[in-house]
Amino acid sequence: MGEAAGTGATSREQPAGLAGLVRTVVARPEFVSFVALIVLMVLTASMNENFFTVDNLLNITRQVSITGIVAVGMTFVILTGGIDLSVGAIVALASTLMAGMIADFGLPFWLAALVAVVGGALTGAVSGFFIARFALPPIIVTLAMMEIPRGLGLIYTNGYPLPIDREYGFLGREYILGLPIPTLIMLIVFVVAYFVLNRLPIGRYVYAVGGNEDAAILSGIRTARIKLMVYAVSGFTAAIAGLIQTSRLLSGQPNSAIGMELDAIAAVVLGGTAITGGRGHIVGTLIGALLLGVLNNSLNMIGLSPYSQRVVKGVILLIAVLIGYLRKQNSR
Amino acid sequence: MLEMKHITKRFPGIVALNDVSLSLKRGEVHALVGENGAGKSTLMKVLSGVYQADEGELLIDGAAVHPTRTRESEKLGINIIFQEFSLVPDLNAYENIFLGREIRTKLGTLDSRSMRRMAREALDRLAMYFPLDCPVADLTVAEQQSVEIVKATIFKCNFLVLDEPTATLTPREVKKLFEVIERLKALGVGCFFISHHLEEIFEIADTVSVLRDGCHVFTGPVSSCTQDELISKMVGREVTQAFPPKRGVADAAEPPIMEVRKLRFPGSQDISFDVRRGEILGIAGLVGAKRTESFLALIGRDPSIEKDVLFQGKPIDLRSPHEALSHGIGYLPEDRKRTGLFLPFSIRSNIVISTLNRLTNKLGMVLPREEKALSDRFIQRMRIRTTSDLKTVSELSGGNQQKVIIARWLASNCKLLIFDEPTRGIDVGAKAEIYVMLQELAAQGLGVVVISSDLPEVIGLCDRVLVMRYGSIRATLTGADINSEKIMIYASGGENG
Repeated sequence: MGEAAGTGATSREQPAGLAGLVRTVVARPEFVSFVALIVLMVLTASMNENFFTVDNLLNITRQVSITGIVAVGMTFVILTGGIDLSVGAIVALASTLMAGMIADFGLPFWLAALVAVVGGALTGAVSGFFIARFALPPIIVTLAMMEIPRGLGLIYTNGYPLPIDREYGFLGREYILGLPIPTLIMLIVFVVAYFVLNRLPIGRYVYAVGGNEDAAILSGIRTARIKLMVYAVSGFTAAIAGLIQTSRLLSGQPNSAIGMELDAIAAVVLGGTAITGGRGHIVGTLIGALLLGVLNNSLNMIGLSPYSQRVVKGVILLIAVLIGYLRKQNSR
Repeated sequence: MLEMKHITKRFPGIVALNDVSLSLKRGEVHALVGENGAGKSTLMKVLSGVYQADEGELLIDGAAVHPTRTRESEKLGINIIFQEFSLVPDLNAYENIFLGREIRTKLGTLDSRSMRRMAREALDRLAMYFPLDCPVADLTVAEQQSVEIVKATIFKCNFLVLDEPTATLTPREVKKLFEVIERLKALGVGCFFISHHLEEIFEIADTVSVLRDGCHVFTGPVSSCTQDELISKMVGREVTQAFPPKRGVADAAEPPIMEVRKLRFPGSQDISFDVRRGEILGIAGLVGAKRTESFLALIGRDPSIEKDVLFQGKPIDLRSPHEALSHGIGYLPEDRKRTGLFLPFSIRSNIVISTLNRLTNKLGMVLPREEKALSDRFIQRMRIRTTSDLKTVSELSGGNQQKVIIARWLASNCKLLIFDEPTRGIDVGAKAEIYVMLQELAAQGLGVVVISSDLPEVIGLCDRVLVMRYGSIRATLTGADINSEKIMIYASGGENG
């Protein structure tokens, strides 16, 4: 029995026009992070005049790009109600794969990049296979997959970074139309993800799997395929992040991106996506990733020690999530 | 004596309760009826402190009380058993009964001996039985309900609210429950009894009150009113005939739309039957007859189950609900919230989810315009009461939620639809609308299967009825043979069963 429906009246009438639009935007879960982002930027700008410069802002977007791209795949996974702990390891694997293809096999840049990206997607698909086919818990499967790709990278490089020539640095270091290439790649990845999640049936199925898996199955959705796909997407985006990192550092790094999965999850959650799946938005993830990036940047600019930075970051994360939770309680 | 005086409760944009005054005496069974959304649940939540009334007051024996949470109302002796049980599945019965109110020894450890003894005494008092030491997940629904009743009454309990306690019980279990309620009455407990089954009210209640659109429209002794009077008070208009006239059994010479042979799964025998165009095929049986399991097996929910299926004369192999749907066979689940709806989604998304592939342009992009057109069409056709197709489906009443599910499968252009408990827990008005719609579908030449535990529904609606028991079909009934005696005989194994 419903509480308050039945007479045809609705409990949440939206007024049309600007007021309605404002109200809708304010009600969105990612609004908290958006406000936090703006407040943080204003505060930092008032404390350090170098913050609000084109150079610094572009610099932030480049720093954010790797986490941001990984967080796109993570959004797909979390929307289905899953979690992917293996993304950091896949970044490292893609990095060593790419450097190895160039340094040891002499492949041209683009071919090496292709191998790395396909490798990353396949690694993600392996997690997806076990999760979809045997209904194993994602946290356990991807915990195991944190070890295997990184281990393979370490075996291949014997634990050392694998250097590549300076000419391969353009992807991580150059600019197009005044924008850093990593920033540009991140924007493209977000736009494609937006399109897939909002304009393709398969995107809706991603939400449906997280919203109610049993209902999705009975509604004719092939949920196993969707699950396999989201982990492949997550591996794919992690591998793209790996390419950028390799190019920027001019070496394959088997020990890189340790703990990256946690940054990516933080970005997704700050972006308002429900950790239980079914609810959330890719634009929120972008806001979440930017918030984390700006936070790093501004804490540096204020001159806080790296140790204190971790404490401040944790506190801000906690507060943001708490505010989001309280808002949700109130809207009931 | 428990009194609610002039209770008004508003939610944004709606008055859920409008000046409602009711009272409940000790030892009285007071039935509360009304359509979905009439305010019954809201009223009970005010009673239990989940909601606070905006106006009005709550009196116990003349003294005003203000519970603000369920723990407080329990201390006042008011206990509620909701439709969805609040048991912890992995704990056993007595652990559940004393959860959060454990009895301790002097050393502060759990005194399981005393708790077991108290639980056993409570069972004796109410003449009930269930095993105390196995996880409640292993108990039947009726036994779980008994655990809830003991949990509610083991400490101070003067007033008990039972919210649709019979919805998932077999007739025998209902009878047993009524005996328990009689005992509670004799012990001086006053009961609010909420049910959609009016027959039950005449059997168990002393007084009946009707709510409609948040208003209190009637209270009187059960003995002084008739079922038809109650229905017309609930819906606010005369409802004489709930079922549209039957169309009769389909022409047996015409080939069936679907022939099922040798469907077999663990716990069943070979199941074989035909579904014919233009008739409504009813599937009757008690809980445990494995009706839902049979049809889930048919549509390939578990791909390993073997069966031979001829659909429209051609053999087909159904290995998943996706395949079933692509052949035009749809199964509408019985449990709206658990397996039917996407609760965080809008009405629109819920309706179009199975049809998205058809609402795209050449590039495969979903067209919001087409989505809206389709969902608006079905919102109108199903008469779903909402102001917008973008409203979240969890905000709708049960009847409207059920209509959303039906709309989803109608939109998918199926040739055969299997409705599992299509009217469970929804109100009289919505039921009648759904019956008319089922008849229309049959008239259009669709195969329509209705799995139902509601005997009057099976009898009033279906042209042919299969009676199941323990995973096999025990009888096929048509015409005048579709009556409660015959169905119950075969369902309970009375005749050569």
